[in-house]
Amino acid sequence: MKHFKKLINPYIVWSFFLIVVPLFLIVLYSITKGTSTLVNITFTPEHFKKIFEPVYLNVFFKSLQLGIITTIVCLTLGYPMAYIISKASESVQGILILLVTIPMWINTLLRTYAWISLLSDNGLINRLLSVMGIAPAHMMYTDFSVIMGLVCDLMPFMVIPIHTSLTKMDHSLVEAAADLGANKVQTFTKVILKLSLPGVISGITMVFLLSISTFVIPKLLGGAQYTLIGNLIEQQFISIGDWNFGSAISLILALIIIALMRFMNKIDPDEKGGE
Amino acid sequence: MNPYYIKEKKVSNTIIEIKGLTKNFDDQQVLRGIDLNIHENEFLTLLGPSGCGKTTILRIIAGFEEPSQGEVLFSGEDLTKIPSYKREVNTVFQKYSLFPFLNVYDNVAFGLNLKKVDKEIIHEKVTKMLGLVGLQGFEKRDVTLLSGGQQQRVAIARALVNEPKVLLLDEPLGALDAKLRKEMQTELKKIQQEVGITFIFVTHDQEEALSMSDTVVVLNDGVIQQIGTPIDIYNEPENRFVANFIGESNIIEGTMLDDCLVKFDDVEFVCVDKGFKKNEEIEVVLRPEDIKIVDLKDGQLRGKVVSEVFKGVHYEYIVQTDKRDYKVHTTEFYNLGIEVGMRLDPDDIHVMYTMEY
Ligand SMILES: Nc1ncnc2c1ncn2[C@@H]1O[C@H](COP(=O)(O)OP(=O)(O)OP(=O)(O)O)[C@@H](O)[C@H]1O
Ligand SMILES: [Mg+2]
Repeated sequence: MKHFKKLINPYIVWSFFLIVVPLFLIVLYSITKGTSTLVNITFTPEHFKKIFEPVYLNVFFKSLQLGIITTIVCLTLGYPMAYIISKASESVQGILILLVTIPMWINTLLRTYAWISLLSDNGLINRLLSVMGIAPAHMMYTDFSVIMGLVCDLMPFMVIPIHTSLTKMDHSLVEAAADLGANKVQTFTKVILKLSLPGVISGITMVFLLSISTFVIPKLLGGAQYTLIGNLIEQQFISIGDWNFGSAISLILALIIIALMRFMNKIDPDEKGGE
Repeated sequence: MNPYYIKEKKVSNTIIEIKGLTKNFDDQQVLRGIDLNIHENEFLTLLGPSGCGKTTILRIIAGFEEPSQGEVLFSGEDLTKIPSYKREVNTVFQKYSLFPFLNVYDNVAFGLNLKKVDKEIIHEKVTKMLGLVGLQGFEKRDVTLLSGGQQQRVAIARALVNEPKVLLLDEPLGALDAKLRKEMQTELKKIQQEVGITFIFVTHDQEEALSMSDTVVVLNDGVIQQIGTPIDIYNEPENRFVANFIGESNIIEGTMLDDCLVKFDDVEFVCVDKGFKKNEEIEVVLRPEDIKIVDLKDGQLRGKVVSEVFKGVHYEYIVQTDKRDYKVHTTEFYNLGIEVGMRLDPDDIHVMYTMEY
């Protein structure tokens, strides 16, 4: 057995260079002055202070808000979808799950451009509306277009874990509920929903985390002035070149994510059982 | 005369009537024409080897499986038209099926909560029921962390607390140790008599079946082998399967010479069975404890003690005659190798029809 342990070593080296070193650099950048050189490092808390300026705080709030809305929309649409899929016969389920994942096979950029041609002022939807004699609606570069894009992009991350927890659910518990007098609705609310909670929790976690850290979709569907945390970080690194402030924001985002994951794990009933 | 008929008078109306019930899974026939009447307040046990269809019968009564053919009537009504949640039946599942996200108390209270029973009454009933199954003080415990036996008792409490007309129990005592099992047997029997619920009880433990039931139904391979009181089933097994399955027995081919006269191993015996054809080929069941060991000269059969095993209350001997080996149970001690005689009283000889298959 000892023998095999040696096989881990290359991975340890790799993870060291790919995870630990960059993380260390991010931390280092976030707490040092931009003028620092390798030999002359000056520490400063200024980057973290800067985050608390209203402009940047607003970006954080906006991101969290959008993340929450996206997650709620994904959950309300995704749960029924997963439930209906889980009721189908096994072979049909395979096909339906494949259909749910198909968007993931197509590049995000491409899919997002498709949204633009659908939603823009003289896009497909507006042209259809004007044919029907309805006043065109302005949809591009609004919260609506961004949420629409995010929901469609992230839906599989909600549907698949919920579907998995529904199909691996112990069906005899559904029978036990019926045996004790629960009708279809009661069985669903009192048993099935509770048993699918682990899937719901991992779905919520994934969709929320991905939606608050995304930057491609808000940039393309929200327009240039539409700034979320992801865009802010991208700006700092790519256009402004303030790596120190960019690192500080990344670090705060990482902390938010870690805190959320810990919280989600706490309320997951599966985690509790092992104590 | 026959104790079964005396019982039959005491037992009241039919509550469940099963007629010509068959069940196929894919191309496998699991139940092959079950006819069974279950009465109010009856303690009926389905007894049979693993895979003979006991659970399937319960699942059809509870509404989790549809019959392939045949009828199931509940108080005269066609049961198959009633969805399972409306049936006045509760089940103690073979695999317990407790709700992992609820604690012991809420598992037991599940059915009463659905019926919107007053919280105080629920509390009273659940507490009483938990006391009855010996789980007082376990209210707040996580069911997934209980032992198998404790989970089983929660399952019993969860079903029983609803006071259904019929309670289906699928091997409800299987996970308990011998002592607790005995206690729960007595307790269940007491509850059944006090509350006046019909119990349909599944077990493959014959001793449990005999000691608890009013009626035992012996099943094999989806076919009812015999229905009767425990005494009937034990004393008058109708065929080799029942004789073999219930208790230990010596089964011997013989000939029915006349009413009350049977011949096997070249010896004629007086018995109490009548109504067979003259010289009909039959099989005789001799329970090991019914064979009396006597002095060699007094024996109807003679043989040599070739094996002796101490079984606790009694010894089990194998007595070898020139025809076959007889299994004999007695509390007396005999040395290996001695020659003994064996005697049989007329009512210790049980004659049955030869099985066709
Ligand atoms: N859903 C099903 N699909 C296919 N076959 C089934 C199904 N349920 C039961 N069977 C088969 O039906 C037969 C009878 O099963 P059943 O569960 O009624 O047996 P049992 O008498 O309760 O046995 P045990 O004492 O082991 O619990 C078995 O051969 C089993 O494999
Ligand atoms: Mg079974």
